[in-house]
Amino acid sequence: MTIEGGPTIRLNDLDLKFSREVKRLSATDFYTCLQCRSCSGGCPFSEYMDYMPNGVMRLVQLGLKNEALTCNTIWICVGCHTCSIQCPMAIDIAAVMDALREKALAEQVDILEPDILNFHREVLNSIERYGRTHKIEIMMRYKLKTRDLISDWAVGMKMLAKRKLDLTPSRVERIGDVKKIFQK
Amino acid sequence: MDALPVTDVSYFPGCSLATTAKENNQSLIECCQKMGIRMIELPDWNCCGSSSAHSINHQIAFDLACRNLSLAPPDRPLVTACPSCTLRLKHAQHRLKNDPAARERYSQMWGRSFDPDLRVRHFFGLLEEVDLERLLAVNGHVRIDMSFAPYYGCMLNRPFALRSGSNYYGIMEKTLAKLGLRALNWGHASQCCGTFLTVARPDIVTPKVNMIMQGAAESGADCIVTACAMCHMNLEVRCTLKNPVPIFHFSEILSLAFGATRHKDWFSRHLIDPRPLLKSKGLTA
Ligand code: SF4
Ligand code: SF4
Repeated sequence: MTIEGGPTIRLNDLDLKFSREVKRLSATDFYTCLQCRSCSGGCPFSEYMDYMPNGVMRLVQLGLKNEALTCNTIWICVGCHTCSIQCPMAIDIAAVMDALREKALAEQVDILEPDILNFHREVLNSIERYGRTHKIEIMMRYKLKTRDLISDWAVGMKMLAKRKLDLTPSRVERIGDVKKIFQK
Repeated sequence: MDALPVTDVSYFPGCSLATTAKENNQSLIECCQKMGIRMIELPDWNCCGSSSAHSINHQIAFDLACRNLSLAPPDRPLVTACPSCTLRLKHAQHRLKNDPAARERYSQMWGRSFDPDLRVRHFFGLLEEVDLERLLAVNGHVRIDMSFAPYYGCMLNRPFALRSGSNYYGIMEKTLAKLGLRALNWGHASQCCGTFLTVARPDIVTPKVNMIMQGAAESGADCIVTACAMCHMNLEVRCTLKNPVPIFHFSEILSLAFGATRHKDWFSRHLIDPRPLLKSKGLTA
């Protein structure tokens, strides 16, 4: 089966165990999806996704594990819930995307949007260190990791000039509490 | 008329308001003061996990939210200003209410049992309960003769499980109308600002932001009023249009109308300078 402009998917690779696992992880019953495409019509970023949100619902229904875990959709999705508010079946599409991202990391598949993942990781590192996000450090580390120090330089300078970036982090005092969260 | 009674609330500012959007924070505290609400900062609060925790690790997202819930004194509501923090805290609460294992984890980690009666409320929820007519009659206010494009971003969207209760649609229009402002109809009031994609994929966010900013300009609005500090920042940082429409935090306008005096420091922090507009409207010297 070929989705217009998309890759070929083979219907003999169905992994229904995966399908049920995503249902459990996301606490969302996507089997009720009727492919009305309201989600994709509403999603502000669907034009940048390889599978549109309704396509991802179909992938998880069918248990097409590899396609679901390696699409860029799960990384482009920002969890804005524009889709869920329009879904006639009350499906929490963003929760499915959350579950798929976590599964993709656990299964160590290729990540189609490594920069986005890097950013998330830097945010979590910052929270682990300070209990709060330290924006300037997140940006510097992210930039170093992606080896792109040039773009957004002007934006950063402007924000510094407007005192929007604090040089020292705001910290949680009982940081042990936060470390405990990250060790669990 | 009698002075207004003072109500204490716990206040969860979240990282954006504590750092990049200090002007939002200060104006919010000031306008709450004028409304008889004392915002007592949640002691030693931590980041709610932002978009990143729930994106890649639901357990960390849950635990971060839980620690904040566990710090809240039981006798007063926990008030939030950031729509995204609100959703994270409410999401954790929802899970705690419905999952005994989650409650078990909570009491083990935080040494107290989950309080199902703690009310987590966005600032808009407080505002809904304030008798604004009376407040304005008691305190008086500055009339603000400006038109605005109300911008809620994704705030009005919620997953099905969290959809009970008001979603505050129209609250900025309703409130600001009482202060003299005119809300305009426009097409992008609840268009997502792109949130974290602004860092890794500015190529996606810039055209979206420009579309929103262009929409506001075409509606003829003097300014945009935002409900979210993150949206505010994305609109300012990623807009590449010439002469962009100035953007205000809702709390800044409210404080201004209530006669705030410390606003000099807020407006100078905006990347799109709103001061010429304020001056032309006779609102600042
Ligand atoms: S939550 Fe994700 S899929 Fe849904 S509208 Fe937002 S970006 Fe699109
Ligand atoms: S809006 Fe809901 S039912 Fe329609 S295609 Fe999307 S997920 Fe399926």
